[in-house]
Amino acid sequence: MLRLELRPAPSRLMIYLSPLLAMALMLVVGMIVFTILGQPPLKAFHAFFVEPINDWYGFGELLIKSSPLALIALGLAVGFRANIWNIGAEGQLIMGAIAAGGVALWLHETTNAWILLPLMFIAGALGGMFWASIPAFLRTRFNTSEILVSLMLVYVANLILSWLIHGPWRDPDGYGFPQSKLFESSAILPIMMEGTRVHAGLFITVLALIAAGIFFRWSLTAFQMRVAGLAPKAALYAGFKQKKMVWLGLLAGGAAAGLAGTSEVAGPIGQLLIPISPGYGFAAIIVAFVGRLHPVGIVLASLLMALLYLGGESAQMQLALPAAVSGVFQGMLLFFLLATDVLIQFKLRWVSKASVGAA
Amino acid sequence: MSLIAAPPRLELRGITKRYPSVVANQDIDLVVQPSEIHALLGENGAGKSTLMKIVYGVVKPDTGSVFWNGQAVKIRSPAQARALGIGMVFQHFSLFDTLTVAQNIALALDQKQDMQALSARIVEVSNRYGLPLEPDRLVHLLSVGERQRVEIVRCLLQEPQLLIMDEPTSVLTPQAVRKLFETLRRLAAEGCSILYISHKLDEIRELCHTATVLRGGKVTGMANPQLESSKSLAELMIGKELPAYRRASTRALGEPSLVINDLSRATTDPFGTSLKHVQLSVHAGEIVGIAGVSGNGQQELLYALSGEQPGRREEVLIKGQEAGQLDAAERRSLGLRFVPEERLGRGAVPEMPLELNALLTGYANGLAPKGWIQYAKIREFSKACIERFNVKAGGPQAAAKSLSGGNVQKYIVGRELMLNPQVLIIAQPTWGVDVGAASFIRQTLLDLSQAGVAVLVISEELDELFEICDQIAVIEGGQLSPAKPVAQTSVEEIGLLMGGTRTSHVTEQRVA
Repeated sequence: MLRLELRPAPSRLMIYLSPLLAMALMLVVGMIVFTILGQPPLKAFHAFFVEPINDWYGFGELLIKSSPLALIALGLAVGFRANIWNIGAEGQLIMGAIAAGGVALWLHETTNAWILLPLMFIAGALGGMFWASIPAFLRTRFNTSEILVSLMLVYVANLILSWLIHGPWRDPDGYGFPQSKLFESSAILPIMMEGTRVHAGLFITVLALIAAGIFFRWSLTAFQMRVAGLAPKAALYAGFKQKKMVWLGLLAGGAAAGLAGTSEVAGPIGQLLIPISPGYGFAAIIVAFVGRLHPVGIVLASLLMALLYLGGESAQMQLALPAAVSGVFQGMLLFFLLATDVLIQFKLRWVSKASVGAA
Repeated sequence: MSLIAAPPRLELRGITKRYPSVVANQDIDLVVQPSEIHALLGENGAGKSTLMKIVYGVVKPDTGSVFWNGQAVKIRSPAQARALGIGMVFQHFSLFDTLTVAQNIALALDQKQDMQALSARIVEVSNRYGLPLEPDRLVHLLSVGERQRVEIVRCLLQEPQLLIMDEPTSVLTPQAVRKLFETLRRLAAEGCSILYISHKLDEIRELCHTATVLRGGKVTGMANPQLESSKSLAELMIGKELPAYRRASTRALGEPSLVINDLSRATTDPFGTSLKHVQLSVHAGEIVGIAGVSGNGQQELLYALSGEQPGRREEVLIKGQEAGQLDAAERRSLGLRFVPEERLGRGAVPEMPLELNALLTGYANGLAPKGWIQYAKIREFSKACIERFNVKAGGPQAAAKSLSGGNVQKYIVGRELMLNPQVLIIAQPTWGVDVGAASFIRQTLLDLSQAGVAVLVISEELDELFEICDQIAVIEGGQLSPAKPVAQTSVEEIGLLMGGTRTSHVTEQRVA
């Protein structure tokens, strides 16, 4: 039978190469899947990975999609590095969007974007943090699993949004569609690149990227959280404040998701409706891991993940493939990454039955 | 003996085993005669364990041959080794706590067993060798010595011709050690050969007929231990002379720096030990030792003292201040420093470089002002620690896990000492550390106490405690005996306390 054996020393090179390897494997298996679906693999490859970004507009779309992914992944990485598993960024994104959208609808008479947009981002961040504070409180107070609580709150957030746009916030002139009024122009982020839909939300992501880079490398708190993630007993031995880490880890993810939600409603969407996000909050978990919880890696991973989103849309239109094809590729990417990671730490060895029984 | 004409029981010729980063055994020859108690002596990392795993079929040698009663054999698995008549008692027991003695033994035997008959055989064999065991008792109710008996009886049931014992006495009281030796002598007299692995020289001199000494994976000597002194054996083992300890004859004792005040703590772990009314003072300038067989409350006491599991405020006083409710970081700021027994994963983060490991307990000492890490400072600190404490490492950027256990220990001890302790608690200071480094660490503790630091040492090695401590107390069943000055006690007396009332009580109950 096959057995996994710990390697004496994992290769440093492979730690960085394994995301690329996972990507290559995803492509190879993807080609096979396309062939089975009756598509010529090269044409499908072109439609999936080249078509979406072969013009300026497409490139802009790539940035629009990768920006929230990177932003949320950076926030999640703060907690993930300390083994604090916030799986509910999608819900925090929705709550951030609700808070920001609420400000936009409430202050619709404010014509100064320099006042309204910052207020919306503050509200969005607070909304996301509020939603993340629930698992943080329950974890620190009652030791509940933040994984389950944060995940379940995604559905609660979705229902709250649904209630709002079916009920109190429904656009009276919207022919009964479940959506809010369109935001005033002062609540819409300006376009940054001519001929695309790239908006100023990208700046938030760039700022978060720089902040995370500095925080991870130089901050004592980030070091302490890394220790808690790598060796929980060492964190206890050193006397690091576990509760503070849980709060910080969850709130960072919540704030990032809330900001991303704000960018979405103040950017390409321009109102509250369902869905606000095509699963950015969940895809960002994959982005954070493919990016090795490191800011530079997260940027690269977010571009790849955004391409998978665009490729999925393009494959629907050009090849008449179902929308689920994006999810298939995302899943394969994470699967192959986890598999290659296992093989960095372990090697496969064939062991005969006899020695297995005896050992 | 009249058996000289018979072939040796076990003969190894030219055994070599290479691992990716180290040659564990190089060209090793070893001969064990029938009825012989043969010591395999060497420091940690000398290659003893690898060699024994080769004999027991766990590891395959790269080159070399094995002869069993004169026949060339290839031992491919432990099952095959057992079939040949080789038994091994491991240093770390492999027993299931929730099963009975008989069930545990049945699991290790290669054939299916009739439990009734097996229980009868267990009673018979254990009585014959003076290792009384009750087959129906659950293992978690047994003392450590009794668990070892289970392991030994398990081997004896297979009527071995060679019994390998890996550091068997490290968990036993002196009295239990004596009983074990009686059993081993009786076994040898009946013709069974014994390979006895240890680094405890007195025991080897008392028990063994022949000793093979390993150093750095090679055989460096053969000796008759009964004709050697402990000193000469030690020098064979480490290849150089041991330095003598320097200690001042008189020292002024200061105020009590660490006071444990009626500390009781119920354990939540079903196999843990509850602490009962622990009382102890350690004065500035003295070394107090706590002896005891492992699992008698040492872990629980250390967690309570370090602040990893805080409790009531008045239980612990550090330099006169009530500190029982404080966490580890807060106690550190009062001057307490702690070196735990688990180095990797608790005392240091294995994946992180040494320089970041300096930050683990040193961040409040100017290495990260205002919460921002100063890499130049931690590198400098780490370099100084590596130099002063002679840590063998690739430099401040080497990951902690790339160091050997002894060097990680030197780094952790060094780190805590460089951070100016006023009270130092240290657990198993020289566990897994080679002889040279061990004497360096002990000397460091002596120097520290002379500089006015209060030192509390928790160790399972009685020799070590008698070498460096001013006072010794014994922990047994969660209770701490009153500390006694070393001059007014003896290894005998401490050993009796370590065996404790609890163990003898249980034994009596079972015999009755």
